[in-house]
Amino acid sequence: MPTPRIVITGLGCVTPLGHDIETVWQALLNGDAGARPIEHFDATTFPTTFASQVLGYDWRPLVNDPALHEGIGHNTGFALGAAAQAWKHAGLDQYADLDHDRLGIYLGSGEGSLDLEAYVASNLAGWSDDEGKVLGKPWADYATKHMTPIREFEQEPNMPLAHLALEFDARGPASNCLTACAASTQAIGEASYLLQRGDADVMITGGAHTMIHPMGVTGFNRLTALSNRNDDITTASRPFSVDRDGFVMGEGGGILILETLEHATQRGATPLAEVTGYGSTADAYRITDIHPDGRGAAAAMRQALDHAGITPADIDYISAHGTGTKENDSIETRAIKAVFANPTQAEAERSAASGLPSQVPPVSSIKSMLGHLIAAAGAVEAIACVLAIRDQALPPTINLHKPDPECDLDYIPNAARKATADQPITHCLSNSFGFGGQNDTLVIQAIDA
Amino acid sequence: MSRRVLITGLGPVSGLGLGLEPTWSALLEGRSALAPITAFDPAGFDSRIAGQVAADFKVRDYVPKTYRKATKVMARDIELAVAAAQLAAQDAGLTTKATDPDAEPSHHPDRVACHIGAGLIAADVDELTAACAQARDESGTWDIRRWGEHGMQQLTPLWLLKYLPNMLACHVTITHDCRGPSNTITCNETSAALSVGESLRVIQRGHADASFAGGAESKLNPMAFLRQQFTGRLNATHNDTPEQAVRPMATDAAGTVIGEGGGILILEEAQAFQKRTANSDDNFRGYCEVVGYGAGQTVHPATRNATPDPDGRGLQVAIRSALRDANLQPDDIDLVVPFALGHADWDTPELHALLATLGQTKLADTPIASLKPNLGVTGAGVGALDLALAALCLHHQTLPPTLNRTQPLPPLKPGNPEPADANLTHALVLSTGFGGQCTATILKRVD
Repeated sequence: MPTPRIVITGLGCVTPLGHDIETVWQALLNGDAGARPIEHFDATTFPTTFASQVLGYDWRPLVNDPALHEGIGHNTGFALGAAAQAWKHAGLDQYADLDHDRLGIYLGSGEGSLDLEAYVASNLAGWSDDEGKVLGKPWADYATKHMTPIREFEQEPNMPLAHLALEFDARGPASNCLTACAASTQAIGEASYLLQRGDADVMITGGAHTMIHPMGVTGFNRLTALSNRNDDITTASRPFSVDRDGFVMGEGGGILILETLEHATQRGATPLAEVTGYGSTADAYRITDIHPDGRGAAAAMRQALDHAGITPADIDYISAHGTGTKENDSIETRAIKAVFANPTQAEAERSAASGLPSQVPPVSSIKSMLGHLIAAAGAVEAIACVLAIRDQALPPTINLHKPDPECDLDYIPNAARKATADQPITHCLSNSFGFGGQNDTLVIQAIDA
Repeated sequence: MSRRVLITGLGPVSGLGLGLEPTWSALLEGRSALAPITAFDPAGFDSRIAGQVAADFKVRDYVPKTYRKATKVMARDIELAVAAAQLAAQDAGLTTKATDPDAEPSHHPDRVACHIGAGLIAADVDELTAACAQARDESGTWDIRRWGEHGMQQLTPLWLLKYLPNMLACHVTITHDCRGPSNTITCNETSAALSVGESLRVIQRGHADASFAGGAESKLNPMAFLRQQFTGRLNATHNDTPEQAVRPMATDAAGTVIGEGGGILILEEAQAFQKRTANSDDNFRGYCEVVGYGAGQTVHPATRNATPDPDGRGLQVAIRSALRDANLQPDDIDLVVPFALGHADWDTPELHALLATLGQTKLADTPIASLKPNLGVTGAGVGALDLALAALCLHHQTLPPTLNRTQPLPPLKPGNPEPADANLTHALVLSTGFGGQCTATILKRVD
């Protein structure tokens, strides 16, 4: 039995550069930067005072019954809006014959935000300066009065999933993974396997997340992972640049509709692209550092290429994890070179058979523009790959004026690039790596490439 | 043709004990770990009992010496998962970097996967509040500007890493050197069962030969415990008789009790397991085989998926899909380990899902096993304990006594008061979590 082909039939996103696919894509091709001073809370005294925020967005007009979702976290709002767009884009709003027992969801969404005011006040109400600890009784007395069930429930990381299930009446296989910054890439990969196994007809996949809240920025500031370039906000996200000083926090959501080619064809949907490769590995090295050789990252890329049955030479574009931290960008570069400049024997044989030379394709990081959407980053990057194939155009890495000698690839610096007739964009590889050594890679390719 | 997957190691951690032997003997004795909470002062809460892991538990005892420093950045949830993984690997006789760093590992590290379910991990309230207290203004209120200036700096630089849910799997992959596919599932009480299901698929599709699979969680801190109180499903009537509190699938169900813990299971591809044990003396052929798995999702607008819909439709989808996957009929099921946390809003829909899929006659005749009366609901880890229970029932052909099931929901049979011999080939294990994800897993006796 031939392996079913898995196609993407709908896209939706809510990001700092816009709240729909076309606006965001145009902004990415323009090289726009999303970073602004933080408006979500008073961050003026924080080591980092800016982020790439979703502003002026309301999910309510996009859903069937807003009352069903009132009180959701920002993450769930992003997921609902992105999913509503993707659903429509896929024509599923016009398709009455969908078997909802075979409609699945696999998200890589992050937790919701704390009810910070009530939380901190509860903690302080219970705090004993003398004992140097929080006493349970006064904590509980304050918290039970000031916290609310909905605000607390909506922080559970499976709430974007739970609300998408309510919105789209999805009763098929459902899961949410949270492998830090790799989560939504991993979700897309696992969703494609659920379809390949025949466990569902349609999967809603992707992710949504925000950590632009006081404790989120605190956490990353303490890790010294964020850019502190408070005086030069829009150029702060500088992946692969020698003077990069950390990532810029972003937020948002990206959703893709996946289905088997057979199902898409049968219902008359237009496939936008195909998911052909997925790799997932663990560094098994350190919770604080990436393996210096990019061991796990290279293995994930190799797995994805192998799964797609293609060679490094087939890849026309790499959407990098490219966070803009010192460590990530140089190690990711090393890992890419390990895979693309040193193909395995099997890959070399396939290359020789296809007559294509092995070379590193252009690489870019759209985090230079969007910021880092944490768990949701991979979904939006996968969407960018689909659009790159559709429009035969590659988004740039902006703010790249001083290349790092350790980062010596073609990162599409500062300006988008159109494909040429002799080098069309048919195969894209998208990397996502998470804290603690989680590596996930997807191969997305043109239909019938 | 299809790769067969066995459960070959069990690492349960709960109030009943750490590891297989103490857990199984406690279950056979019908012991309850539920007792008044001592982890924090529960005086302000309605439910004040829990299943706590023994006070002398130290994660340092479960990691290689070289890794002890890293235990400082482990939240309790992470500690429990790390201990469970070590216990499971030891139980399976698996040689890994953590069980024997100098020996050749049982499987190549690239071929070992790790899928671990995790909860929403609450920050250590004392550590965080000590920092927040430094950022109070003159009126004693937390001031975000002071927090940015000198409050947050009181937190250890690695503070965030204690609470990222994927750190359970990360520490396990690092200590045991698992470099294959790894994932962290965060679907509340369904997390561990979903993780085991994903490990099953990863091994079946040839991406790993072995996997650490399961989950762990501790909600025994004020914030996580309050979230559970808000769900309205906790038992507030048995604070003085905790061992009688949890009554799964019973007409006198009075709410559930929070436990901490979970478990890691070692899953191995059958041929790889046989190969690595070919020269071993004992005759152990695995606890059971995982032969079927399915997942589904609740859609219950009336409670926004905070409880299952009355018919348990998402669970029905999961059960039918698991039966299909195993190529079995309802009649083939000899044991059901339901999620059954001991609250009518949860247990009745689950019963309806079982009736709709297995049928009244079959269900009336099938034993039900549960360890929730003994140790409570251990959040994201509970599915691993439920799967371990079923695996042990199949392995020993024994049903441990099920406590507090003297008044079962019709048509179910009451629980056996003493351990009972049984002839069990297939066990069906169910999971349903807050938010509505459902799984059904079918385990088969290894003959």
